[in-house]
Amino acid sequence: MQRIGDAPWLRRSLIAVAVGLSALFLLLPLVAIFAQALAEGVGPFIANLTDQYTLAAIGLTLFVTLLTIPINLVFGVMLAWLVTRFAFPGRRLLQTLIDIPFAISPVVAGLVYLLLYGRNGWIGGWLDAHDIQLMFAWPGILMVTIFVTCPFVARELIPLMQAQGSREEEAAVTLGARGFTLFRRVTLPNIRWALLYGVILTNARAVGEFGAVSVVSGAIRGETNTLPLHVELLYQDYNTVGAFASAALLALIALLTLAAKAMLEWRATRREALT
Amino acid sequence: MSIHLRHIQKHFGRSQALSPIDLEIRSGELIGLLGPSGSGKTTLLRIIAGLETPDDHRDCRILFGERDVTQVHVRDRRIGFVFQHYALFRHMSVFDNVAFGLTVLPRAERPSSAEIRSRVMQLLEMVQLSHLAERFPAQLSGGQQQRVSLARALALKPEVLLLDEPFGALDAKVRQELRRWLRHLHDELGFTSVFVTHDQEEALELSDRVVVMSNGRIEQVDTPDTLYRAPRNRFVFEFLGDVNHLEGVVQDGVLTCGDARLAVDLEDGRQELLLRPHEVQVALQAQADAHLPASVMSIVPVGAEVRVELSADWMSEPWMATLSHQDAERLSLKRGMRVHALPRRWHHYPDAQEAPGTQVRPQQVSA
Repeated sequence: MQRIGDAPWLRRSLIAVAVGLSALFLLLPLVAIFAQALAEGVGPFIANLTDQYTLAAIGLTLFVTLLTIPINLVFGVMLAWLVTRFAFPGRRLLQTLIDIPFAISPVVAGLVYLLLYGRNGWIGGWLDAHDIQLMFAWPGILMVTIFVTCPFVARELIPLMQAQGSREEEAAVTLGARGFTLFRRVTLPNIRWALLYGVILTNARAVGEFGAVSVVSGAIRGETNTLPLHVELLYQDYNTVGAFASAALLALIALLTLAAKAMLEWRATRREALT
Repeated sequence: MSIHLRHIQKHFGRSQALSPIDLEIRSGELIGLLGPSGSGKTTLLRIIAGLETPDDHRDCRILFGERDVTQVHVRDRRIGFVFQHYALFRHMSVFDNVAFGLTVLPRAERPSSAEIRSRVMQLLEMVQLSHLAERFPAQLSGGQQQRVSLARALALKPEVLLLDEPFGALDAKVRQELRRWLRHLHDELGFTSVFVTHDQEEALELSDRVVVMSNGRIEQVDTPDTLYRAPRNRFVFEFLGDVNHLEGVVQDGVLTCGDARLAVDLEDGRQELLLRPHEVQVALQAQADAHLPASVMSIVPVGAEVRVELSADWMSEPWMATLSHQDAERLSLKRGMRVHALPRRWHHYPDAQEAPGTQVRPQQVSA
């Protein structure tokens, strides 16, 4: 007797299609990035990466990412805590609101921020009168990056914290634990892997964000140019090797992120197997 | 430490979980809160603990001894709480679980780590788990986890121990063992304990007094013995054990239901009688004042008694009768056999709030 899907030809052709498509759409472009970046040898590749403007773009991207992660970390934990540990009217609505950045196109998000905080915007006018510039400067880039990445941590934590329930925290309270001790010694250890996972995703997105950032950045070389924007700028300047050198750097960061994610998942399954 | 509850009520949204409740628990007592699910027993326990707040009312008071704890936060009430599913800290070893309460004390009150160590090991010895101190909760059996949870709750030497369905998730044998062990611990350490259960046997076996609850109200508070012998109303009677029903029309002192007849001392009209399984005898012949024909559905020997299930057209549900092995053998009961049920005594709870009646049939059956 054969089970469904046991036919050898079916299995083989499915595998062939899956492998073929993955190679064509995923692997080949990745190989192409590194091939292009190194097309003129290692020398020009290094030279392009150590170019003054490229270094500035790398610096800005890292700066924004390093600020985004802790802000979203705190925000995400607070939000997940609020949604899973308290019952209040509007809780469902809040849970839906968290997903807005997933649903909305990043370009639209950028435009909305421009509309609100730009010089002629609703809040921007008041800010301008007080000599505060958010748009076309790093604070604007930071704001849209936070917007785009804010669901990642909360989305990882909410299902886990819902599943775990609040019994352990209640037990800790009956034993006299208060506020931060409770969080540090009981809540945090239970959510740390999901939290790290959320941070990795946040990091990946913050480094690679293009759409929203391109609207609010103004792409001033050496000032408000992030790494993804820099790639586009170089490409438009017909500096293919330079563009691909920066792109290769982004791809490398992505690959490292994936490796970290895979390692966490492997750890998680191993921990489950142990207990 | 005694516990006084005055005018405790609780609403969740619009539904009332507890109607105003007053309850006095004496120092050193072991009290069982017994009721079906949704009766409010767990809510009441969590209110005593401070994990839930009662509705605001000017008469609402919770006193531990002389100390008014109505407005005191859980962490400052100094109670021990044992959760239904243990709620052990899964990322901590057994040792760290038990030590937790001591390690989170304010620095000034916190014992040295050597003192903590000896106290924890002493507690683990008490629950006979010192050899598992380095294990993690997931590596323990349910019974072991519950013992860790008890040791953890006792680490701060609380004078009040609250337990929420402590043995609910364990198998019968472990449950039996832990019950005995909790009773022993309670008597030895002299704290006041309140535990929640939906298992009447557990409540009757373990408690000094049982609080029977239903629909957010207290139905009766009494010692297990009084409770079983003199249930105050029909709910308590039915909840405390298996019940057989006999419903029919009474006329001139005879209750009739189909082809069943029983002489009763009740007013004319529709009446319902309740009988415990051990109050029903099985005989081969009917008697002048009791004609209740039935056939044997099943015969199950359980421990010291034999449970016989009887069925007949006049019953709304099959009856259960418990016989001694001796009687069962003498009657040589077989499945499908025609027999007669003979009530030894029966109980009657009028719908109105009158005093309940229990009648023993004047002439004892001599089968």
